[in-house]
Amino acid sequence: MAKSKPVGHADIASDKDNNLNGYLMIGFLIFIYLLTIVSFWLWSKTLLPESGSEHGSRIDNLMLVTMILIFIVGILTQGMLHYFAFIYRGKKGKRAIFYADNDKLEFIWTIIPVITLAGLIIYGLFTWTDIMNVDRDDDPLIVELYAKQFSWHARYGGNDNTLGEANVRLIEGVNELGVDPADPNGHDDKVVSELHLPVGRKVLFKIRSQDVLHSVYMPHFRAQMNSVPGMITQFALTPTVTTEDMRKTDHIIEKVRNINEIRANESKDLVAKGDDPLEPYEFDYLLLCNKICGVSHYNMQMKIVVESEEDYNAWLAEKPTLAEQLKKQ
Amino acid sequence: MSAHEQVHALEDHHDDGFGHHHKETFITKYVFSQDHKTISRQYMITGIFMGVIGILMSLLFRLQLAWPDHTFTIYEILLGKWGENGIMDPSVYLALVTIHGTIMVFFVLTAGLSGTFSNLLIPLQIGARDMASGFLNMVSYWLFFISSVIMLCSLFVEAGPASAGWTIYPPLSALPQAIPGSGTGMTLWLISIAIFIASSLLGSLNFIVTILNLRTKGMSMTRLPLTVWSFFVTALVGLVSFPVLFSAALMLIMDRSFGTSFFLSDIYIAGEVLHHQGGSPVLFEHLFWFLGHPEVYIVILPAMGIVSEILATNSRKPIFGYRAMVASLLAIGFLSTIVWGHHMFVSGMNPFLGSVFTFTTLLIAIPSAVKSFNWITTIWRGNIQMNVAMLWSIGFVSTFITGGLTGIIVGDSALDINVHDTYFVVAHFHLVMGISAAYGFLAGIYHWFPIMFQGRLMNKNLGYIHFWVTAIGAYGIFFPMHFVGLAGLPRRYYTNTNFPYFDDLADINVVMTVFAIITISAQVIFLYNFFHSMFYGKKGPQNPWHATTLEWTAAQPHVHGNWIGPIPHVYRWAYDYSKLNKDETDYVIPGQDYVPQNIPLMENEDEMNH
Repeated sequence: MAKSKPVGHADIASDKDNNLNGYLMIGFLIFIYLLTIVSFWLWSKTLLPESGSEHGSRIDNLMLVTMILIFIVGILTQGMLHYFAFIYRGKKGKRAIFYADNDKLEFIWTIIPVITLAGLIIYGLFTWTDIMNVDRDDDPLIVELYAKQFSWHARYGGNDNTLGEANVRLIEGVNELGVDPADPNGHDDKVVSELHLPVGRKVLFKIRSQDVLHSVYMPHFRAQMNSVPGMITQFALTPTVTTEDMRKTDHIIEKVRNINEIRANESKDLVAKGDDPLEPYEFDYLLLCNKICGVSHYNMQMKIVVESEEDYNAWLAEKPTLAEQLKKQ
Repeated sequence: MSAHEQVHALEDHHDDGFGHHHKETFITKYVFSQDHKTISRQYMITGIFMGVIGILMSLLFRLQLAWPDHTFTIYEILLGKWGENGIMDPSVYLALVTIHGTIMVFFVLTAGLSGTFSNLLIPLQIGARDMASGFLNMVSYWLFFISSVIMLCSLFVEAGPASAGWTIYPPLSALPQAIPGSGTGMTLWLISIAIFIASSLLGSLNFIVTILNLRTKGMSMTRLPLTVWSFFVTALVGLVSFPVLFSAALMLIMDRSFGTSFFLSDIYIAGEVLHHQGGSPVLFEHLFWFLGHPEVYIVILPAMGIVSEILATNSRKPIFGYRAMVASLLAIGFLSTIVWGHHMFVSGMNPFLGSVFTFTTLLIAIPSAVKSFNWITTIWRGNIQMNVAMLWSIGFVSTFITGGLTGIIVGDSALDINVHDTYFVVAHFHLVMGISAAYGFLAGIYHWFPIMFQGRLMNKNLGYIHFWVTAIGAYGIFFPMHFVGLAGLPRRYYTNTNFPYFDDLADINVVMTVFAIITISAQVIFLYNFFHSMFYGKKGPQNPWHATTLEWTAAQPHVHGNWIGPIPHVYRWAYDYSKLNKDETDYVIPGQDYVPQNIPLMENEDEMNH
């Protein structure tokens, strides 16, 4: 090419700018990769432990497959993007290729995502359907989760494993959940503010709200469902690891040790200021509110205990039934 | 006869009656102007102003998240009674995240981005004197202005502004007993958004009509620059979806003020049962997301168009796969209206619907992937001019890919169960539509600054610093945020100190906030560069980036009507960069690696399909 007029002038981008920014593109690519590596190295231990529920491990598998896939695609495409930006950085007199179309190429990179996504969609939909479709033949334990600003209650169906009808219009005195006193199914119901679950038994949560939207979020069980005023939503799961056993897993031991180290350091500062030190932390399953519900949304939680069938029965036996509570009133 | 003379010779044959100048006063020229270029600048300045407020809000709540136990005097200064003694009140935290979201999504990335560049580029790039209706265009801006003023006023009402999240789900947003912000603050929010919707609809109608009817001779739809295509699809999507938000807002107003029960049922709050019965919050979620999801595409599509244009221009190459790019814009536009339910997998709606929405949602990854591959191929074997706009465009592709890939996780109903409403989602959408769209906005500003401000250029070196600090900072904020989400931390928590389980996330929060402070500081460089260059910027040549599109042939300094004399005609598509002549000895125009759209086909070149 004989007399190519140089593209541009100093304010478009000089060769110096192109070079500098070309190298910075490579630097940036390295930054992204390093950030990924460092983040994993520093913060993998903060992630959730292995799933404490049966369906949860299926979600974790799907998550792993998806993650591997997106990391491969991400690393390759980011690599190409920044490498091309570097290697094809402009130079005076250089000629770009006039390359406007290539049907074959475009077909390939349309069809590859189609196939990959078809696989992911099918895998995802099977998992989703299995989780969400509750088979009542399994005779699941029925537990109501009841949300209000800013606390949780759980209601067990009692000996008949059947919940009494309820409506917020019936709330009165100790009958905080509005259970219909006229419904015989409700007499043996038990209302508690700490959720205990027997390990290995399927639980079907029936979820209600008293006031605004809330969301039942149990990250360790990979479970979440909104709690909606005016309707009953549901979610079923089978806890597979007791609280005690979960505390003994490597991941939780390491996490709790780390947390207690942080808390010990903070306590030192607090004591120096004349405040009480923080209590040492011990792992428990949690139920958190995960839908903005008001000023104290950030502190709407309930402890969950997963234990053996016997421990669970012993714990529940001590709780008064609704009929007993109403009589006392 | 040189190419330019040829054009002039041709143009002499047609005149379409430009030149009926009427005297303009300061008011008609700068305030109630009907000139699309002035309206575009008004949108831009308003958008930037709102952006500054929205971003400063994020700075405040990032401080709170990183150091929940510390007191900051700045809270007291900026938040008044909600920051007494330097302690942030939990209710104002929720107000900050709510208004941050509202401002950034609607006022900055919808009106600021699409309003600025649709207005500026549609007439200039299709070869029109102005919008189809200059008057409606003016009304559209001033409605937007009123809606911005109302939104800002809502910050000063006694009980505080709306604080139910930008998604304003009832019953929380409907009941002042539930949260203080749902009183007057929420009323003003709804009024503001209703006016905003009217503004947006007037704008969209104008854009569509202008693109369909006012293209200059030779500007067939397949010769439109991708910017115009993206504005076209954006306007269509807005036209279809915004009215639905309007109806949702109207029904919410009725529930709040007139005792109807569209969204409310069986509520016991503050010690009493409300009379509402039979409504459903899930209905509101459907209506909200019927706009809400297309909305994120309304935000990202114009950025895609801008980036396509800048990548091609500065790679000195045609955009790769023009037809596929148009097709994928249309596909994304269409699919965006049938995926809204993926925000509602765990809302209590029928799980079967969840399956359908997973299917449609993952489909949208296909056109998005095609676009990303085509952008990468566009820079492949280019002669890349690393000017500031180009850097933002490459940055856009990078953040769009990173954020888009995690969409495959949150869009999959089974996986969404555990990451829904956690920081994972926050990280995902900030990268894919927040940061990416902001990059598109900035790319556009750096690139078209000369068109807006009488040929002046923004300072290049300040632009480089602005880009690199922002690019590193943005990843520094949002990449670690995925980990916080995967650790199970819900969003919209004022503090997580009530959960010792999350104590080990404290240092990630500090890292994110430090990066946020750095990134936000870098925007000061931009603001300085922007306002300084507006008055003192170096004047560039008529066509500084050597681009092919028509806006660079318009009169400088501007006139209302864009071209003195006849409107140029168009003879080719917008991407004849580095096209060689038949013998492949030199470019089509010897020594010049681009052929503007208004240059007729040369004897020595092959005709392409466009």
